[in-house]
Amino acid sequence: MSMQQTAAVLDRSQTDAAVAVRGVTKIYEGNVKALENMTLDFPRGQLTSLLGPSGCGKTTLLKIIAGLIPATGGEVLVNGRAVKGPGRDRAFVFQDFALMPWATVLRNVGFGLELRGVPQSEREAVSERYIKAVGLSGFEQSFPHQLSGGMRQRVGLARALAVDADVLLMDEPFSAVDEQNRRKFQEDMLALVEQEKKTFIFVTHSIEEAVYVSDKVAVLLPRPSRVSEVIEPKIDRSVSPDAMRRDPDYLDTVERIWTALRTYVE
Amino acid sequence: MKVMGYELPLMSSLIVWAILWEILGQMDVSILLPPLSAVLVKMVEIIPTQAFLSALAVTARGFLTGTILAALIGVPLGILMGKSIIVDRMLLPWVNMFLSAPLSALVPVLMVLFGIGEQTVIITTLLFAVWIIMLNARAGVMQISPSLVEMARSFGATPWQAFREIYFWAALPEIIAGVRIGLLRAVKGVIIGQLLVSIIGFGRLFELYSTNFLMPHFWAILLVLFFFAFLFAEIFAVLERRVRYYASNRT
Ligand SMILES: Nc1ncnc2c1ncn2[C@@H]1O[C@H](COP(=O)(O)OP(=O)(O)OP(=O)(O)O)[C@@H](O)[C@H]1O
Ligand SMILES: [Mg+2]
Repeated sequence: MSMQQTAAVLDRSQTDAAVAVRGVTKIYEGNVKALENMTLDFPRGQLTSLLGPSGCGKTTLLKIIAGLIPATGGEVLVNGRAVKGPGRDRAFVFQDFALMPWATVLRNVGFGLELRGVPQSEREAVSERYIKAVGLSGFEQSFPHQLSGGMRQRVGLARALAVDADVLLMDEPFSAVDEQNRRKFQEDMLALVEQEKKTFIFVTHSIEEAVYVSDKVAVLLPRPSRVSEVIEPKIDRSVSPDAMRRDPDYLDTVERIWTALRTYVE
Repeated sequence: MKVMGYELPLMSSLIVWAILWEILGQMDVSILLPPLSAVLVKMVEIIPTQAFLSALAVTARGFLTGTILAALIGVPLGILMGKSIIVDRMLLPWVNMFLSAPLSALVPVLMVLFGIGEQTVIITTLLFAVWIIMLNARAGVMQISPSLVEMARSFGATPWQAFREIYFWAALPEIIAGVRIGLLRAVKGVIIGQLLVSIIGFGRLFELYSTNFLMPHFWAILLVLFFFAFLFAEIFAVLERRVRYYASNRT
């Protein structure tokens, strides 16, 4: 225990990881081994993607970091402190949006603050700011079923931003969003990472998406589940999005990850 | 419904039955079945009487107390059953048993326990309504999207907050449907309770009228009661439609 702690402190001073996963194992009921001895750092202020085939434990890892399910072994440190449950330093963006259908956009976005007992006028002011930030001004009084998939996910994103957590955990946030919206979303994500100075942990199935938005891509492989490779796409993001998607570095990185994954698809 | 190209009003089938009733009544088939017109005349006549109004008040009191208690007990217990497998295992067999049990047979036992009076009627009403309310609340909770519950937890909801802000609202369409069916059963419960206790409310009137073969009186009261049952069910059906917009949009 004490050795592990020393190791964690050392690592932190070296890389300043906002989230550090240390030898995490997860065995589900029925002896399903979802994660085995996984170790991975998530650098502060950056966007790290978890990429890998279906069933390799991406959601499991994200939920353990969120404190929604306990790890069977190992530990997760957020800002150096071991995770024991959900906390204010982390916020989750759900694949299926998880919006309350009976509440307006305004109330949905402010729900995290409402649970904390923030007074109504204050939380509505904050909510309105983030509704604007995600481009949904004018929809404050709409209900989720009146919005498109892409707009609903923006509500989910605004809700996560509104609680001002250090770490944003996103489980395939764009998978239920159509292709055009998805691209727009990815571009917005880049701006957001730039602006918000938060640590993003981003699960995706799409290699292109991972390379496009990430500072760091962790490629996970199943059975036994492990990190096969960590790739840092060094892409010039100052150019236009379309130019970026044609950048040889971008294409090379996509190719490299594809090669790593291919052996497992076959 | 359309007949020969004409759109029939919603309750036209009732009109057919009303006409049939009138004809059979006029034919003097049985002294138990007076013509509908005689019943209606009697109805207008007895409604303003003191006996009727006080019976109505007693019944309304028993009905409302019984149903409100049934909802207050049934909804939280049903939600708990939906949330917790342990609670569910413990309660479900009983709920299913009571749901189909002939509850009228229990009324004499209740009379021994709670006396021959309003209390027994209230408990009978409660027992008629509560089980279906529980089962519906339970069903409502069981269809909640797990990610909505995870969402609340991840944003730091306490169990009580999750119960109040998520489980209750997510299950609301089913809860309202349950209370609507519960209300109809409560009408049955309050009448059966009163009939068996037979010294209060409509039970007393029924006893009075039927032992004296005052059949038009008897039917008039039944019609009034049917009307109220129908009214309550309709009010709740409207409420149900109001929450349906989100029931159909739950993921
Ligand atoms: N509650 C559970 N009980 C038992 N096994 C589970 C449970 N949740 C997940 N698993 C199993 O654990 C493994 C990892 O699941 P997980 O959902 O983390 O994968 P994933 O990488 O997110 O997959 P996907 O890309 O399909 O979302 C899978 O084999 C899955 O079947
Ligand atoms: Mg997943």
